[in-house]
Amino acid sequence: MRAVDAIMECLKAEGVEVVFGLPGGANLPTYDAFVDSEIKHILVRHEAGGGHAAEGYAKATGKVGVAFGTSGPGATNLVTPIVDAMMDSVPVVFMTGQIRSDLLGTDGFQEADTIGITMPGVKHSFMVTKAEEIPRTIHEAFYIARSGRPGPVVVDIPVDISRGEIDYVPVTDVSLPGYQPNIEGNAKQIRQAAKALAAAKRPVLYVGGGVVLGNASEELRALASSDRFPVTSTLMGLGSFPAEGQQWLGMLGMHGTRTANYSMDGADLICAIGARFDDRITGKLDEFAPNAKFIHIDVDPAEISKNVPAHIPIVGDVKSILPRLTSEYRAIGADSARLDGWLTTIEGWKKEFPLTYSDTTDSEIRPQYMVEAVYEATGGDAIICSDVGQHQMWVAQYYHFTEPRRWINSGGLGTMGFGLPAAIGAKVGCPDQDVVLVAGDGSIQMNIQELAACAEEGIAVKVLIMNNGCLGMVRQWQELFWQKRYSHVHMGDYPDFVKLAEAYGATGIRLTEKGTLVEDLRAAIATPGPVVVDVRVTEEENVYPMISPGMAARDMVG
Amino acid sequence: MMISESGTSEKLSLEELHASVGVRSGRKHVLSILVENKPGVLTRVAGLFTRRGFNIDTLAVGPTDDDAVSRITLTVDGAVHPIDQVTKQLHKLVNVLKIRDLEPADSLARELALFKVTVDGPQRSEVMQICDIFRGKVVDVSKESVIFEVTGTTEKITAFDQMLKPFGLVEMMRTGEIAIARGRDET
Repeated sequence: MRAVDAIMECLKAEGVEVVFGLPGGANLPTYDAFVDSEIKHILVRHEAGGGHAAEGYAKATGKVGVAFGTSGPGATNLVTPIVDAMMDSVPVVFMTGQIRSDLLGTDGFQEADTIGITMPGVKHSFMVTKAEEIPRTIHEAFYIARSGRPGPVVVDIPVDISRGEIDYVPVTDVSLPGYQPNIEGNAKQIRQAAKALAAAKRPVLYVGGGVVLGNASEELRALASSDRFPVTSTLMGLGSFPAEGQQWLGMLGMHGTRTANYSMDGADLICAIGARFDDRITGKLDEFAPNAKFIHIDVDPAEISKNVPAHIPIVGDVKSILPRLTSEYRAIGADSARLDGWLTTIEGWKKEFPLTYSDTTDSEIRPQYMVEAVYEATGGDAIICSDVGQHQMWVAQYYHFTEPRRWINSGGLGTMGFGLPAAIGAKVGCPDQDVVLVAGDGSIQMNIQELAACAEEGIAVKVLIMNNGCLGMVRQWQELFWQKRYSHVHMGDYPDFVKLAEAYGATGIRLTEKGTLVEDLRAAIATPGPVVVDVRVTEEENVYPMISPGMAARDMVG
Repeated sequence: MMISESGTSEKLSLEELHASVGVRSGRKHVLSILVENKPGVLTRVAGLFTRRGFNIDTLAVGPTDDDAVSRITLTVDGAVHPIDQVTKQLHKLVNVLKIRDLEPADSLARELALFKVTVDGPQRSEVMQICDIFRGKVVDVSKESVIFEVTGTTEKITAFDQMLKPFGLVEMMRTGEIAIARGRDET
């Protein structure tokens, strides 16, 4: 069998439905195999678009995403999605072509040291040196990408190797002696954690993207409802716990709610679940949660006590740990009345410091209002993707996610241009759901070429551009921290997004009226095929509240 | 506040919980790392140190009795870096099979060093005496120079270096430490 046909067999065996990519000289043999394969391939217009689409697919479906690119520039264009996938623990296999193995190291045409360039940003990578190794390598790559703490795996195949013939034998096992990712969680530690929860008077459950990745949303809800534990979530964890009701504190961190941040500040016990104490969460580390002890549940042992000391570390799969923690806690039969004082304090914060903005009295659209309108127009039921910046924070604040895998954004790396391709991946993975991208006018331009892929493939993503005419988050920081010395943040009047959408074969709509915004958005989302809506919003509007960089949570402003 | 679990006398108070975090041991650590003998593995290990901001003080790589496995011995200053973060991050590398943080009391560490000194006349016998004290060997002699070979702990070699410095030391080469566990146990 041709090695490249074996690649298709391996992808099929891994359950791959779709590959996002772009062909080139060094992966011509692999692309020839697509001609006769059942595996769907979506032709993107830039390799980074393919990489982010694979991420969006993985985030929406929980399956491993796959992106292909050629050698040299094809591979270097994949670097951003690779690092993005690493930061957000997204399971993606990136397969790159490489130049002929006899030319390696000669600075041949379109040669780049793909393995070397990507090394600091991958979970693991493989350079294939023999055609016979291809099947085993691919299966190992998928296994590593999806197991333990998920992440990106690069498989680099020189073009002469992929041209080879092999005796294909399906691979049913992997042999990775240095990799043992699946940990159950120590029973004694779980019992300790249950006791600590029962002893706590001011507990908070602080949940992160790990709960989404670990498909443990139900298990989290069961733990939270085993008593009246207050729950806050990171940007990446939104949707794992419903953003409603008495126990929900809102998102925490730099642009989180005062209630969530004050709760962390006042807590005597914080139970971190699949979260990693990023600097956007802790603010000034020395003054973070000064009264709290920490339970830290994570599948990655290196996250334990990396930034914040864990008093009770539990390493393992959150889906297996949470139910055991819940039943241990229930067995103790703790007196729920001990939480009364704490819950009253929290209720007070909620009443005093709700998320708020000053709405306009004329037809101008405030960006926060736009998000509220999107929530209403979608019934809170769409898969919402975003780019990176102010619009991302406003969606996180004002779109109330109730289910996991409905909120797809670039958290750790903060990649502008992530949104459109990620929305494509999400729509391809979940064709029956509405997929709505809220983008900024800056971010959307970083991968807008993928509108062509949407039009050609009939991928009906709805792109809502929150257009304030500038790089809003940078402008906000220049306003607040650089004395309004605005430097290169104004984007000007171009492009005309409506005309651009039409040129790409999408429907283009411009909205400027607040009064009809909800109905207009509802109509736009109901329009068949890809749609681009240019929504003009207030330029000088800031994301509040805010923990200023290097400050403590209790010193939030705005 | 104290609570008790039904049926047991175990108690737990939040105040009594202690976190062990980012603890800096304050001493040198010798890490003995078994890795798969594959291309690029040393780059992965070294690159991880760069990326996480850890400094490698010495590094020695060599084969083991198994062709498929190599051993990296490296030393890290535990006064500067929390050693548990270093080892946990190393464990995440798929090609790393085993890591051992060798306790100084339970292990033997040795380094090899070569010193080239320009000496003649009476000075020559003086340095050779010093070499004898350190149980070094003369491995090359010319009219104007002598080359000494010394093995020992890092501290011993550093001490020898200090002794030779006044005599016109031209060059020094050190291998970095290798280490092995004492007794019957495998390293």
